[in-house]
Amino acid sequence: MALSRIRNFSIIAHIDHGKSTLADRILQVTKTVADRDMREQLLDSMDLERERGITIKAQAVRVLFRASDDRVYELNLIDTPGHVDFTYEVSRSLAACEGALLVVDAAQGLEAQTLANAYLAIENDLDIVPVVNKIDLPAADPDGVSAELAELIGDAPENVLRISAKTGQGIEEVLQAVVDHISPPDGDPQAPPRALIFDSSYDQYRGVLAFVRMVDGGFHKGDKVCAMAQGTRFDVEELGFFSPGMRPAKHLSAGEVGYIVTGLKDVSQLRVGDTLTLSREGAAEPLPGYKEVKPMVFAGLFPTDSDQYPELRDALEKLKLNDAALSYEPETSQALGFGFRCGFLGLLHMDIVRERLEREYDLDLLVTAPNVAYRVQDVKEDWHEVHNPAQMPASGDVLSTEEPYVRASLIAPKEFVGPLMELTQDRRGEFGHMEYLSEERVQLVYDIPLAEVVLDYYDQLKSRSRGYASFDYDMIGFREGKLVKVDVLLAGEQVDSLSLITHRDNAYKQGKALVEALRERIPRQMFEVAIQAAIGSRVIARETVKAKRKDVLAKCYGGDVSRKRKLLEKQKKGKKRMKQVGNIEVPQEAFLAVLDLNRDGGNGGGG
Amino acid sequence: MAAAEHLYLHVPFCGHRCGYCDFVTVTGNGELHGRYVDALIRELRGAPARPATIFIGGGTPSLLDDALLARLLAALPACDELTVECNPETITPAKAQVLVEGGVSRVSLGAQSFQPQLLATLERRATPDRVLQAARTLRQAGVTNLNLDLMFGVPGQSAADLAADLDQALSLVPEHISYYELEAKPGTRFTHRHGAELERQAEALEDHYETVVATLRERGYHWYETANFCRDGHQARHNLGYWEGRDYLGLGVGAVSTIGLERRRNRPSLRAYLQAVEAGQAPPAEIELLSPAERGSERLMLGLRLDRPMPLDGLEWLIDPRQLERMAGAGMLAREPGGIRLSERGRFMANDVVSTLLR
Repeated sequence: MALSRIRNFSIIAHIDHGKSTLADRILQVTKTVADRDMREQLLDSMDLERERGITIKAQAVRVLFRASDDRVYELNLIDTPGHVDFTYEVSRSLAACEGALLVVDAAQGLEAQTLANAYLAIENDLDIVPVVNKIDLPAADPDGVSAELAELIGDAPENVLRISAKTGQGIEEVLQAVVDHISPPDGDPQAPPRALIFDSSYDQYRGVLAFVRMVDGGFHKGDKVCAMAQGTRFDVEELGFFSPGMRPAKHLSAGEVGYIVTGLKDVSQLRVGDTLTLSREGAAEPLPGYKEVKPMVFAGLFPTDSDQYPELRDALEKLKLNDAALSYEPETSQALGFGFRCGFLGLLHMDIVRERLEREYDLDLLVTAPNVAYRVQDVKEDWHEVHNPAQMPASGDVLSTEEPYVRASLIAPKEFVGPLMELTQDRRGEFGHMEYLSEERVQLVYDIPLAEVVLDYYDQLKSRSRGYASFDYDMIGFREGKLVKVDVLLAGEQVDSLSLITHRDNAYKQGKALVEALRERIPRQMFEVAIQAAIGSRVIARETVKAKRKDVLAKCYGGDVSRKRKLLEKQKKGKKRMKQVGNIEVPQEAFLAVLDLNRDGGNGGGG
Repeated sequence: MAAAEHLYLHVPFCGHRCGYCDFVTVTGNGELHGRYVDALIRELRGAPARPATIFIGGGTPSLLDDALLARLLAALPACDELTVECNPETITPAKAQVLVEGGVSRVSLGAQSFQPQLLATLERRATPDRVLQAARTLRQAGVTNLNLDLMFGVPGQSAADLAADLDQALSLVPEHISYYELEAKPGTRFTHRHGAELERQAEALEDHYETVVATLRERGYHWYETANFCRDGHQARHNLGYWEGRDYLGLGVGAVSTIGLERRRNRPSLRAYLQAVEAGQAPPAEIELLSPAERGSERLMLGLRLDRPMPLDGLEWLIDPRQLERMAGAGMLAREPGGIRLSERGRFMANDVVSTLLR
């Protein structure tokens, strides 16, 4: 197809603002899918995504649209992930497009996430088509929201399209606007081929599938290609596009979007953002914008039943095939046994991985309190990255410490500005600026340690704004912070899996909340249990579980020996589920106390 | 069946079913008492000719009228210890006479408490006066070995109530005292009614149990088994048979026998029992075959209830040697020439200790 008749675009929208419904309608209106085959949210292929209403894996679908000039246009809709953890992936998806539909719920208005992605689109020089969706809702305020949108992109409110993806109203107009207002691609069909990888996925039969945008030149089946940043080489086994199922083609040419079957066995060999070219006589320069994403949030994953360790390892291996951002390495904990230290892009990524492990692989997992990546300088002035409290050197061996910061953007109705500023300052946030998006809605920008976000910031944000605030963040690098390691001792023995790294100012509150949470979860038993939180050798909080004084079968004669024996066997089984730390028995739930500490806001509320 | 040294006879009849009870009991059915005694006597034909001990329990064996009770006692083989369980309200001078003349050497009196409000909570029919009177009547008739069954942990029981119970029990100078914590079994109407209070008082029971043990020891009783106390030489020989893991034969509806690895539990239906025995058949029963590990665990569980060394011969394989070491180190038990014995603290924590020891 001639470049002038191709349009590549994506949809930017907040969760629940109707992105998937709009995508479905586009497939329907263009007859890409017959009405009778229409399933809701066709593009989201995983159950998990369908349930959460979010999209993890970007995909691209090609539709053909007869525009008002009676010509047929090839429109490629590139789906983008919608969450903060995947900002880099979003940026690469946007880089594969010339334009974007900016979709906002007529009843909800702009959200922080949409705003962040809209800025990302504007920075990528995309043509923006503003759309207000859900105008059929009783609470819809199309005029107000159109004004907000117009203000944001510097357009006139009357140019904002008003639609209802649910009823189908205005869908044709959206497609016409894509043709009219989004630029055609401007690659060079004659130049050596360059294709941007904007996503990949793994299929057990076909290996790694790369989703690409051909920028220059073209690829054919059988071409020997290489990924320029990573140097990975492979043969193009097949290429084509989705419409919406896989349609093999003879070639992909400049401006087009499609897939390549690579035969590679591991998605980590093909990174998002890398450039594909020919192995011989390829392009000299890769496309700009590639970077390696690094996990920033770490947590230990342990099987509840230690027999499931090999299954957990296999499951992680399989997930990793499809998720280049996931990292893991074996970890042993005296309390939780064998497991893995896993690295994630963020909390949502962690949640998704955990849920997939539990749901798709039927594993029962214990997840330790997440922490961020820290940088620690030892006395020899060497810097180390610490992903796990156990790796933190003793305080005497540390010269200085650094922690990752994010630039957080909050959007909320103006009456919540006070509580949100208070919360964010409480969490060591440094005020950046404040801006009125409209008379009602305010954006706040703060720099805040990622560790605080990981702790419970988001839950607190939602509760203090009664759910109205939205939140987005961007990594801005490491800054100095006075970090300490808080250890927990049970009956004098240090329990590695309960240690945490925290800012010195939070250590006392967190230590106190932690020992209190443990006291509630450790049952009285044969021996007294002293629960202590300590920084080095200095105890900062202590609780005691008194020893039990009586545990007997009241009476036992000939008639009820069997029943009493069974009671004893039950007690024995209960003991086996407990972890023995020195002389005392600790139920596994107790190890989750650190997690609950986060959920209960033990930090903020002081326990 | 091999000859068991210990014979148990169950008499299921009660004047009233107490709320906390989960034994096999029947109320009413007065017309069946005679048939039942006859059936027991018939079953006795297959019992050992010279057992060491006989225990008639219930239900309320003393609910049988004097003539029936006399008939049953007369049919028993000779033995070294014959115990009959009695409820205070059934004891008359005549009944006491029947017991003594029938060769009963030991009477176990179900007192439970001397506090009227606690007896009412337990739905016992006897008043405190009636309990005292029954004890006196038995003494007057010549009963020289008297056990009192008592209970702590009754909903609403205060420390003062417990002290008063102990005082009154001791004033009767019984040879033997069984002091049980009330066991509220799930599903009984009692637990349903008093569950909240039971939960609330759970921690106070630690004090109660300690008070019971300390007081009785002070007054010259041996704490020879988890819940049993006696003066010199008055251990319950029949019950020692259970705790020492010996075989026993149970006769009557709902009665349990354990011979070797076979445990036979007669079914609880009174009519089915009568029909079978009257037809010359064995009572309907369910049979549980114990594995050597189960039988061995039971022997440990029971033997460690006693304040004497428990021989481990043939049981070592059931015990985790590291845990044995650990429990000994923690002062929960001592290794003695004759076996292992729980320390005082270990006895208070016996469930925990035994379930730790078992592999």
